[in-house]
Amino acid sequence: MTHAKQDYILETEQLTKSFKGFTAVSSVNLNIKRGHIHALIGPNGAGKTTVFNLLTKFLRPTSGTIRFNGEDITRLEPAAIARKGVIRSFQISAVFPHLTVLENVRIALQRKEGTSFHFWKHESVLNTLNQKAQELLKSVGLERFADTITVDLSYGRKRALEIATTLALEPELMLLDEPTQGMGHEDVGLVTDLIQQVSENRTILMVEHNLHVVSQLADRITVLQRGAILTEGDYATVSSDPEVREAYLGTSDENQDQHSSVEVAS
Amino acid sequence: MNDTKLNLILLAIALVAPTIFYPVFLAKILCFALFACAFNLLLGYAGLLSFGHAAFLGTGGYVTGYLMINTGLSPELAIILGMIAGGMLGAIFGKLAVKREGIYFAMVTLALAQLVFFFYLQAPFTNGEDGMQGVPRGAVFGLVDLTNNFAMYYFVLAIFILGYWLINRTVHSPFGQVLKAIRENEDRAISLGYEVNRYKWVAFIISAALASLAGSTKALVFNLASLTDVHWHMSGEVILMTLVGGVGTMLGPILGAGLVVTMQNYLSGGELGNYIHIIMGIVFVVCVLSFRSGIVGQFLKFKRNNF
Repeated sequence: MTHAKQDYILETEQLTKSFKGFTAVSSVNLNIKRGHIHALIGPNGAGKTTVFNLLTKFLRPTSGTIRFNGEDITRLEPAAIARKGVIRSFQISAVFPHLTVLENVRIALQRKEGTSFHFWKHESVLNTLNQKAQELLKSVGLERFADTITVDLSYGRKRALEIATTLALEPELMLLDEPTQGMGHEDVGLVTDLIQQVSENRTILMVEHNLHVVSQLADRITVLQRGAILTEGDYATVSSDPEVREAYLGTSDENQDQHSSVEVAS
Repeated sequence: MNDTKLNLILLAIALVAPTIFYPVFLAKILCFALFACAFNLLLGYAGLLSFGHAAFLGTGGYVTGYLMINTGLSPELAIILGMIAGGMLGAIFGKLAVKREGIYFAMVTLALAQLVFFFYLQAPFTNGEDGMQGVPRGAVFGLVDLTNNFAMYYFVLAIFILGYWLINRTVHSPFGQVLKAIRENEDRAISLGYEVNRYKWVAFIISAALASLAGSTKALVFNLASLTDVHWHMSGEVILMTLVGGVGTMLGPILGAGLVVTMQNYLSGGELGNYIHIIMGIVFVVCVLSFRSGIVGQFLKFKRNNF
C-alpha cells in the first residue's frame, strides 16, 4: 500500500459534500493512477460534476481530504490548484468567445510570462508567444482559424480550442467535464482522437456520458450513483456488473447486447 | 492605422473647438468624458458595474480644492495628490467589492459611496451643502496662469489626453488581455490559474484614480468642489453617459459625456429646465431600447456588417 501511493497522482479520502441536508457526494475514495485515463460515469444526478467541482475547489468539501502528488490540497483556492498543474474543462465549452482563437490560447501561455499585471505595456509584447500558440492550435487542427473570433467556431472546434488552451499550461492532470456532450457524431470521433492523442505522458480524469467514448479511452472507470461509488474497474468489469446496468436502465433483466443497451441509456 | 487617423482628426477638432464654443463648457465635457472613460474601463473591459464612482470624482475635487485653498501648491501637484487620494480610496473600495459579483458588487460600491457622501456632508472642511467655493486655479508650474479660460481648457485637454492614453494602453496591454478574459469567462480564467480578484482590484484602482483625476481637474475649472459630485446621482449619470455612448468602446463614453453635458447645459437654461430629468430619462430609454450597444457600439456593428 505504501509503495503504491506514489503511483497515484490524485487521491480523495472520504470526500463528502452536503447541501442543506442533501448529500450530493458521500465518502468518495477516488484513486487516480498516474498516466491513466480515468473515467467517472453514472446516471444523471449521480454527483459527477459535483466531484469535479470539489476536486478543482470550485466547491468546498464538507469533509474529507484531497491529495495531489501526495500533498494535501483540500484547502487551496481554485487558481492555486491550477498553478499546481491541475487544469479542468467545463461542461459547456469554456472559451473566451469574443477574443480570437489565437488570443484564447495566448491567455493561457501568458500566465507564466509574469507580465500579466503590466498595464503600461503594449499588448504587442505578447506576440513572442504567437508561435507557440500556433503550434498548439496546429496540434488540435485549428491553425487555419487563428484569427477567427471564437464565437464563430463550430461547437466541436470550440472544444478542440479548449483542449489546446488547457495543453498550453502543460498540465500534469487534466480534468475533462463531459468533453463530447452535445456533439454530433463526427465531432465525437474528432474529440475522442484528440483526447487519446494528448493523453500521452499525462493523466486525465473525465466525466463522460457516452459509454462508447469511455470504452475506447478509459483505462479505469469509476461508477457513481447517488453520490457514492457503486463500483470500479476496467470497462469489461464495469459494463458486466448487474448493479451498474440497473443504475443505468432501472432494471437488471438479462440482455445479451449489453454494450448497445447501455449506450441507448446514455 | 484608421484609428490613428480618427484620433488625429478628433485632436484637431479639440484644438480649434474653443475658438467656436465657450472653453469652460468644453472643459466640462472633457472632465466628464475622462470620468466616463475611467468608469468604462471597469464596466466595458472588466465587466464590473460600479455604482459608487461619484465617490472618486468627489474625493478628487475636495482634495485638490482643499490643497489649492489652504496650501501654496501648484495646480499640477494638487491634481496629482487628488488623484492619489482617490486611488487609495479606490483600493479600499475595490478590496471589499471584488469579492462580490454582479448586483452585489454594485450594491457594495453604492453603500461605500454613500458612506463617503455622508462623511463629506458632515466634515467641516467641505462646507457641507454650500460646497468648497473659491478654489483658485493657480498657475501650472508657476508659469501658465490658468485664470485665462483658454489656458485652462488646453491644460484640461492635456490631462484628458494623458488619461485617455493610459486607459487605451491599459485596455491594449497584457493586463487588459487578462481583464477581457475575466469579463468573457471568469470561471475559465480561474481554471487557467488566474487569481481574478487581484486583477479586478488593480483595474478598480486604476479606474478610481482616473475618475479622481477628472474630479480634481473639474474643481479647478469651476473653482468649486461640491456635494453634487459625490451624490449617487453622479454615479448614475456616468452609467448613463457610458451606456448611451457605447460601453466597451474607446470613444463611446466621450460621445456619451458630450451628449449628456450638452443636453444638461442647454435644457437647464431654457424653458424646458423643469423637465430636464424627464427628457434625459426618455433619451435613455430610447437609447437602451433601440441601440443596446450605444451609439458608437451600434456604429461599429453597422460598419462591420456593411463594409
